[in-house]
Amino acid sequence: MATQAITPSLATGRPGSRQLSRIAGLVILQIVMTVCLITFLAPTFWMISSSLKASTEVFQHPIVWIPESPQWSNYAKVFQTLPFAKFAWNTFVVVVLAVFGTVVSTALVAYGLARVEFPGRRILFALMVATIMLPDIVTLIPRFIMFRTFRWIDTFAPLTVPFWFALTTLYVFLMYQFLRGIPKELDEAATIDGANRWQILWHVILPLCKPVIATIAVFALIQHYNEFLTPLIYLNRLDNWTLALGVRALNDSNVANWELVFAASTLMLIPALLLFIVAQRYFVQGIALTGFGGR
Amino acid sequence: MAAITQAQAKPQTRRIGRARLRDWLDGYLLTSPFIIGFLVFTAFPMLYAIWLSFHKWNLIGAPTFVGLDNYIKALTHPTAQLSLYNSAFYTVFAVPIQLVISFTLALALTQAIRLRDLYRAGFYLPIIVPLVASAVVWQRVFHPEFGILNEALGWFGIPPAKWLFDPALAKPAFILMSFWMIGRQMVIFIAGLGNIPQSLLEAASIDGAGPVRRLFSIVIPLMTPLIFYNCVIAVINSFQIFVPALIMTDGGPQNATLFAVLNIYREGFQFFNMGYAAALSWELFIIVIGFTIAQFRLSQRWVYYSD
Repeated sequence: MATQAITPSLATGRPGSRQLSRIAGLVILQIVMTVCLITFLAPTFWMISSSLKASTEVFQHPIVWIPESPQWSNYAKVFQTLPFAKFAWNTFVVVVLAVFGTVVSTALVAYGLARVEFPGRRILFALMVATIMLPDIVTLIPRFIMFRTFRWIDTFAPLTVPFWFALTTLYVFLMYQFLRGIPKELDEAATIDGANRWQILWHVILPLCKPVIATIAVFALIQHYNEFLTPLIYLNRLDNWTLALGVRALNDSNVANWELVFAASTLMLIPALLLFIVAQRYFVQGIALTGFGGR
Repeated sequence: MAAITQAQAKPQTRRIGRARLRDWLDGYLLTSPFIIGFLVFTAFPMLYAIWLSFHKWNLIGAPTFVGLDNYIKALTHPTAQLSLYNSAFYTVFAVPIQLVISFTLALALTQAIRLRDLYRAGFYLPIIVPLVASAVVWQRVFHPEFGILNEALGWFGIPPAKWLFDPALAKPAFILMSFWMIGRQMVIFIAGLGNIPQSLLEAASIDGAGPVRRLFSIVIPLMTPLIFYNCVIAVINSFQIFVPALIMTDGGPQNATLFAVLNIYREGFQFFNMGYAAALSWELFIIVIGFTIAQFRLSQRWVYYSD
């Protein structure tokens, strides 16, 4: 895949002068794509480089791309301004609980829909697919009132508990599609060997589903790590905040200290970036698996 | 003889019955998280929102029934109308250009250029940047004096603009920012381009079709299902744009970026008009669903399905 084009070049033709013009075309394309890539990366690069600038350097003309002497103390200042260590811990707790619940409930529901015959299965499947495209704005207000009567305000429950009930049905669909690719003969052989359905799920199906589970976990991680609106509504007390709320608060309160805002943003990017580097193939796999790409 | 077979058959059928019952029980047990979750966290809230939308309630005291007042206000109030206009404007201009950019990038990144995987990862990177971080960074990218956008435009002799401070340019600025986050669409297109049969393109070449002809007669028609899918998802998401608006402009200047969800958020969580906010969200919900259904209807005219 690294050396061979997936699609044939649009410029394939006869050898000779055609070949030459094809190479010229590729060189031009390479240059154009490099310029595009630099443009795309510029905001992120600027963010990281500015996070290390001195206060005055941020406002210099022309723009300083590489800081004169990196101010690592900016990062320390972020932690002094707001309790970012606490925010990071809160984010960690929320993300772990939500992702774990997502994976467990998604696996159970997808397995039930894909492998078990029972009345109402088709209706459930249709509901599941329909909720993938349901605009979630409609449940924002009523859920808030509901969770308020549950006394869930200023707890992590609204950010985690719903996801133990396969709320992100896109993942159920993803896993359902994957399960359909696993031959049913495997289940039947295990049944003959005397395994019951739960044993089949645990010993036969789940080990085969590792790739799709990894994909779902990676998507869910990014989704819950980035979540902003629900923490904003449900978490009022400062020591309950997540990183997303912390970055926003720092942005609102430090109008003149851009380097701090950039440092906090970079801090928040680092775990996501590490995940992307480690699990890159699961991002691509998940998208290619069904043509669906998370949100 | 017959009695014996009957006697033998009876427990058998009962066993099959029990196995089926077992199946049913397993089926409901396995899918129970979704059944409960759908009822509690989706179906009930949606119905409850309908009930709410006919009442006036500020979370304190008892809700009072107001009939259709909330809906009349949602349809006629200038702020509500403006917020829908802003979201529609954003969607109508952002989505088609996003699709063109992501499709073009996908085409380019399936050619035999060097370091292709690295380029793909680079264009995908903005999706990895947490949305809050993206918003605070882009707020500064657009800064009239110290932002990199005006600086870069200056290299080409283009005078600086006020972007987020100019009511006429604030929405275009958000649209511009959305072009930065097309990595997901691009990866979907790349996956689809990989599935186009090579033999088809070669046959077209032999028949004398040039690159442009092949693109428009083979590649694009075969890609229409994915173009459609990306379009549907992008419209749903664009209509619900919220986070960048709250962080970068808080709806300003002069409500130019007061998008529909930001308006709902304000009515619900700043003014505590729960009934009105519920009516507004049902209104937006119906609009988005309407657009989705319309797109599915229209898709029969232009989306190509091989089977």
